[in-house]
This record gives sequence, C-alpha cells and structure tokens, in this order.
Amino acid sequence: MMPKKKIRSYLINLAAAAFVFIVVYLALQLGWINSYYRSILILICINSIMTISLNLATGLLGELCLGHAGFMAVGAYTTALISLNSGLPTYVGLTLGILAGAVTAGIAAVLVGIPALRLRGDYLAIITLAFGQIITILIRSLGFTGGALGLNGIPLTTDFPLTYWMLIVTMYIVYALIRSRQGRAILAIREDDIAAEASGINVTRYKMLAFVISAMLAGVAGALYAHYQGVLTPEKFDYNYSIDFMVMVVFGGMGSITGSILAAIVLTILPQLLYGFSDYRMLLYSILLIALMIFKPSGLLGQKELSQRVFQRLGRQLLGKKPQTVPVEADIPTTVVDEDTYLTEQGSGDSGVGGSSTRGQENLPVSGTPIAEAEGKHQERLGLDTQGDEPLTRKHKGRR
Amino acid sequence: MHLLEVNEMSIQFGGLKAVDDITFAVDKGEILGLIGPNGAGKTTIFNLLTSVYTPTSGDILLNGKSIVGNSTWQTVDSGLARTFQNIRLFKNLSALDNVRIGFHGLEHYSLASTLLRLPSYWRDEKDLTRKALAILDIFGLKSIAGVQAQNLPYGQQRKLEICRALASDPQLLLLDEPAAGMNPTETQELMSMIRFVKDHFKLAIILIEHDMSLVMNICERLIVLDYGRIIARGLPDEIKQNQAVITAYLGNPLEEDA
Amino acid sequence: MTYFITQFINGLQIGAIYALIALGYTMVYGIIKLINFAHGDLMMVGAYIAFFALSDWGLPIYLAAAVSMVGTAILGVVIDRIAYKPLRDASRLSALITAIAVSLLLQNACMLLFSSSPRRFPTVTANLPTISIGNSTVNVIVFISIALAVALMMILNLFVNKTRIGKAMLAVSEDMRAAQLMGINVDFIVSLTFAIGSALAAFAAILYLFSYPQIEPYMGAMPGIKAFIAAVLGGIGIIPGAMVGGFLLGIIESMAKAYIPSAFSQITDAVVFLVLILVLLIKPSGLMGKPEKVKV
Repeated sequence: MMPKKKIRSYLINLAAAAFVFIVVYLALQLGWINSYYRSILILICINSIMTISLNLATGLLGELCLGHAGFMAVGAYTTALISLNSGLPTYVGLTLGILAGAVTAGIAAVLVGIPALRLRGDYLAIITLAFGQIITILIRSLGFTGGALGLNGIPLTTDFPLTYWMLIVTMYIVYALIRSRQGRAILAIREDDIAAEASGINVTRYKMLAFVISAMLAGVAGALYAHYQGVLTPEKFDYNYSIDFMVMVVFGGMGSITGSILAAIVLTILPQLLYGFSDYRMLLYSILLIALMIFKPSGLLGQKELSQRVFQRLGRQLLGKKPQTVPVEADIPTTVVDEDTYLTEQGSGDSGVGGSSTRGQENLPVSGTPIAEAEGKHQERLGLDTQGDEPLTRKHKGRR
Repeated sequence: MHLLEVNEMSIQFGGLKAVDDITFAVDKGEILGLIGPNGAGKTTIFNLLTSVYTPTSGDILLNGKSIVGNSTWQTVDSGLARTFQNIRLFKNLSALDNVRIGFHGLEHYSLASTLLRLPSYWRDEKDLTRKALAILDIFGLKSIAGVQAQNLPYGQQRKLEICRALASDPQLLLLDEPAAGMNPTETQELMSMIRFVKDHFKLAIILIEHDMSLVMNICERLIVLDYGRIIARGLPDEIKQNQAVITAYLGNPLEEDA
Repeated sequence: MTYFITQFINGLQIGAIYALIALGYTMVYGIIKLINFAHGDLMMVGAYIAFFALSDWGLPIYLAAAVSMVGTAILGVVIDRIAYKPLRDASRLSALITAIAVSLLLQNACMLLFSSSPRRFPTVTANLPTISIGNSTVNVIVFISIALAVALMMILNLFVNKTRIGKAMLAVSEDMRAAQLMGINVDFIVSLTFAIGSALAAFAAILYLFSYPQIEPYMGAMPGIKAFIAAVLGGIGIIPGAMVGGFLLGIIESMAKAYIPSAFSQITDAVVFLVLILVLLIKPSGLMGKPEKVKV
C-alpha cells in the first residue's frame, strides 16, 4: 500500500493546488481580476499544458518535436467538430470532445512515430516538422474542417476552473509517469539508448509511449484552446506556434515541469505587456535560444523542480533556522539508508539534458573544490530543490 | 546442454571478417576469459552475443534456444547482461536509479498502475528498491545510492555498471574490461567481488580483460582471439605456454609488424 | 508523351536545385552529424545578396552570382563559428535546437530588414530563346541551369576525391578524432565544409530565382526541407547520394504536380513528405547508404 509519508505529501500537493485555485477563483468571482486578465490566465494554463507535454517528448525523452502545434490542431479541430456537429448537451460534448481530441492526437502521434522512432538519430525532428506542415495543408484543403476560413461559433465553454484542473491533471500524469518503471525507461533512453536497450528496455516501445502521451496532452490543450477561442484557423497552428512552445520548454529547463509552467507564465505575459513585441518576438526568441544553448543549456530551472522541499527550506530560512543540509565536509552521508529513504519519489536525481550533461564533463567543477561548494551554496540560497540527495554529489570527493 | 553455445559464428563488415567462424560454449557457474590483442574482435563477440549485431552466419543458443535475430532487449530478457568497455551509465540519474532501470524486465506493474498509483505500484517499487539497494550494498555503493552516476569516481562507476547488469537477473554476465583504469588494489578487490557475485547469483561469466594477473587468477578457461579467429583455448597455465598466443601478443620475431 | 518529357526536364531542373542544397546538408551532416536547419535559410540570404548585387549595384549576373556565393559562404562559416562550434561536444539536442534558432534568426532578421513583402528578381533570361518539344516550349535557361548544376557537382566531386583537402574532408567525416590525430586541421575542414555548402546553396538560390523570381524571408524553408529529404533519400552524409536524391526528388515532385488533379494541388507538397516516410520505413540509410554500424 501507499506509504503514509507519501499520502501526506500527495495531500499537501493537492491542498496547495486547491489553495491557489481558491485564491484565484475568488479573485475572479469578486471581480479583482478583470476579464482581460482572466483570458490571459486561461491562456497561461493552456500554454503550460502544451509546454509540459512538449517537455515530456523533448526534455524527458530527448527527442526534438517540431510539430507540436500540429498535435494541438488535431485535438482542437476534433473537439470543435464534435461540439459543432454532435448536438450533444454542451458539457457532455465538451468532455467527449476533450477525450476525442486526446485520442486523435495520440493516433496522429503513432502514425508519425512509426517511421521515425524505430530509428536512431534526429529523424523525429524532421518528420514532426513535416507533420506540422502537412496538418495545416490538410486542414486548409479538406472540406469539413472549414478550409482556409476555419471554424466559427465553437461554444466558449473553456473557463478558468476547467483549464486549471486540466493543468493539474497534466502535471500529475507526467510526474507519476517519470517516477515509475516506465518513466525510468524513458529517462534511460534519453541518457543512453544503447545502455537502455542493454538493460532490457524495448527502446522503440518506450519512445512511442512517451511521444504518444505527449501528443495526447497536446490534443487536450488543443481541445481547451478551441473552446477558449471559439474560432479555429489553420494558420494559427503553424511552425512558429510550435517554436513558441519549444522556447518555453528550453527557457524553463528541459526536464523541469515546474520550470515549464514558470516559462509559460513569463512568455505568455511578456508579449501582452510589451507593445510591438510581436514584431520582434521570433527574433528575440531565436537569440534567446542560441544564447541559452551556449551559456545555460539547462534553462531557468535545469531539471530541478519547485516542490514542497523547496518551500520547506525557504520557510526555515525565513524563520531564521539553519537549513537542514549535510555538512560540506561530509564525504558520505552517515544516515541510515533503507528502501523507504529512496522509495520512488526521491532519488531521481537527474539534471541538465541540454548539453550541460555532456559538456559539463570538462567544466564540471572537480568535486569538493571551492567552486563546487560555492555552487552548492548558490543553489541553496536560491532554495531550489535538486531532487533527492543531489546536493551531496557535488561535495563528494571524487578521484578522477 | 550448455548454458551458451556459439556455433561457427561469423560477422563481416564490408570486406573485413571481424569475427571468423567461432565456436565455443559456456556452462553454468563458469568464468570464461576472452583475451587477445586490440582489434581481435572481443567486443564484437559481446555485441553479437547481446544481439547488437546480427551474425552473418552461424548460430548462438542460450539455454538451447537461438537468440539470433532477437532485439537486444529480448536477449537481455532471456538472461544475458553486459557491461561496456567505455562505461555507459545513465549519467544524470542517481546510482540507485541506474540499478532500478536494470530491473526493468523483472517488474511488471502496468501503466495504469503507474498513473493511478495502484497498490501493485507501491508494492513493486518498494520491493525493487530494496533489491536494488541490496545489490549496491554488495559492491559497497549503498551509501552513494542517491548520487548522480556522473559524479561518482571512476572505480565506482565501473562497479555501478556491474550492479546494473546484475539487476536484470542474468544467467550469463558479460564483463567488458571491468578492471580498465583501476589500480592494483582496486583490481584485487574487484576480482574477489566477481568471484562472490558468481557464486551468490549463480552466474556464468565471460570476461574480456587485458589485466593478465586478473585473467589468469579468476578464469577457469581462456579463449584467445586474434584477427577474429580463435587461436588458442584451454586452462590459464596452458595458454601461458602457448606459442601462438605469445606470437599474437608479442609479434613474430621474424616479422616486422609487432 | 511530350508533356511527360517537358515535366521530366522541369523535374531535372528543380532536382538540380534540390541536389545543390542537399549537398550542403549532407556535407555538414557527414562531418559534424548536425542537421543544419538553417541551411535553407542560407539559400534565402543568398537570394537577397544576389538581388541587391543585380538591382542596386548593377552587377552582371555572373558577378552577382559570385558575390552571392562568397557572401553566403562567409555567413555560413560565421554561423558555425559563433553558434555551432561551442556546442561541438554538447548533446545532440542542444545543437539541433541551436540550428532551429539560427534558422529563425535568419528568417526574422531578414523580415525586419527587408520586410515580408516579396521582391521580384530581375529577369535576366528575357532574351534567351526557347526550345520547343512537340507542342510545348522550354526556356533554354532550364537547360543552362541543369548544365551549370551538373558541372558544379562534377567539380565538387573532383575536389573531394582528388585533392588533398578534399580527401581530408572525407577523412574527417569518417572519424573526426582519428583525422585530428593524423594532423588534419579539423576546424579548418569544418569551416571549409560550411563555406562550400553555403556557396552551393547560394548558387541554387540563383537557379531557383530563374524559374521562381520571388524573394521573401521564408522562401528557403520549403526548398530547405525538401532538399533535406533529398539528402535522406540518397543517404545522409554521402555526397553522390545527395546528388542522386536531389534529382530523383525533383522528378518525383514534378510528376506529382503534373499528374495529380489540380483540385488536390495543395497535396503535392505532401507527396515529398510521403517519400521521406517511405524511405524511413523501407531503407532509412538511403539509396546509396550502408546500414549504420553502431559504435558500442
């Protein structure tokens, strides 16, 4: 059965999610947040779902997907067509539509994945790029999708509670997935597909699993988007839209779910705040991407997550207590280690897929040097959770 | 029936026969040494045994069943595990996770169980974490279970790779130069660990190694390769005396190429 | 029948263009194992340079072509030095994302500089005669284009196979580290590869403009993707493969355009992608490729 500690931790997370929801919802109800900001809030949630789903394919599986907006389009059009044509009661149609959107996007992912995922190499990037183009061409030339004119009059049934809780569900799915045998298989493939296969992992199968789940979540985001916007046109889901999400993933940190959300918040609000930003948006994004890849390939949060642990530490610091960490000198933790210590929710100490891992090899401060310690402290100061006992690693006196 | 039977196995890359008509067998509980100069085809044999390459001709039987044409993961599932010459750990994952990934083929809870956190998830995860820690413990790595693999010192990385291979519960373990880069003390320690592991997990082991003291000490039988062919086989003491082996290693004094 | 022949010749022409662009992809991939997503956009920059050389500076077409090739080659090398070189040992993913970003940068920088409205490439072929085949005519520029492209490819082939530097390029693509140990200046070879690939793309741009005289910031995207597919079709990393794949893809596309009813004309672009999917399903190493041997 579920260990008691875990029940508590799950409940705390749920309570935190509910708390945020109640605060925002009350603010909306009491009119503290006007309708303009409400629509931005909804957009943030949709973009967060997209970013998390792309992060699953790119940050966690390690495959570049350049047509994620295409999967979103599949989900959006499926839902919209159901809502417009089925004659079902609004919310039944919506629920069915979201599910159908996820399923059709998943099927599209299988079709795209079959030729590309069996192979080693960057074929998924090219084939998803092609997929993104073909989908818009198809939508434009097919009759029932409304062609270039698009679809109009989709009921505006997407509201804040729906998108918010779908975001929470998305977060849960990806978290639950990573911390499981399936998720570890996915991470293993990202790290080294040859070693993964030699550990008994059916690499193609797990690549497909991650990719399809990723596409299905994008389908859900698309479904929400369709009922948020009310209008769908094929141009919306072009290459640049896919790139928007790629930028969010990289900026937030490849492999970091909370990073994805932070990035989605920042990069959804920014264009709204800066007048004339849209003209320069792609230019700035491209420069941002290049700079990130060269100077900080791990993005904003790397693979770290903002979690309970972080807030606990933050809380302790605010209260003036010393953070509870292992002394710097400690070579090896003296605590008793048993399976409960590491039971699944911790110890997945993974970081930086984006170059930092391999490239870091040379630059990696030799463990136990002042740089390493400084870096450890730096992280502590930021209050970032490095998952499991990762802080130890930097202080471990290694012989290379 | 032998545990592993290799019959007239060959593989050709372009015009080069990297492994040429090789036949040998391994029995349960045996340590077989595979030695030979660089480029003799030792690692290629490992790649053939683990289905990374498919032999151009010949057959490989594990427990009497052919594994030719399998995917690597299927071969691993049927009881073969390996380590790599250039360590291939999941660098950004913890030592514990590296081992837990090794268990992949042995845990079977479903995706539904994962997503809904059903009891089978908690039960299996707890069970496998305990087993993983037990394996780490054997190699003295339990205390660094939470450390990222890339931050471990070299010797521990080599040991961790063996732990990961053991996790898949193999009947036959292929070790590709496990002592490379280790100092004599570490090599000694490794040697006794290999012996212990062999008995404890009831394994057969094929060992590729350049460290002759290790090979001669630990292996019950040796196969010597040169240019993809077996040039000698037998007990360590016989191999030491074998003229063909000495020539392969030191070169023929009458020829120029050494 | 004459319709078929005309379409075939058109296919050869567009195929020659794909082949020239595909060479850049394949040479770069062969050496640093990177899909240079910005390659199609280098072609676009080449088109702009040629345009300004012709219309603003009033250069004759052959000089404009030379200026465009040199300019694009320099840009290609600069891009590699600034954006790709720091990532040589980084993960594949980082390099790939950077390539995407460079592609975006070129497109959007050009859009801000030259606006997104298309410019018309001056007609340099007005006075050229046409050749009639049956009842249809083909402008002689089509034949000149094909001939020029083939000539350029033959020169490249000679350069790669017969000269010292060319052989060094082959060596680097075979095994970069070993080549370095043999005393080959790998950085120089990589830069040279980018320079040659980019110059070929610029040349392809000019051939492209002879037939489709429209210049805009996104003009490189589609030919870029198609040329990449041509490279995969022929076998990525293999120079003759890119040539064969380019011509083949051009012919396939031309035939699809000719024989698919016009009601589905938008689908013709999809045909090219279908080719990609089929190659990946049937022979991912490409027509001229050998199965990849994994290094374990």
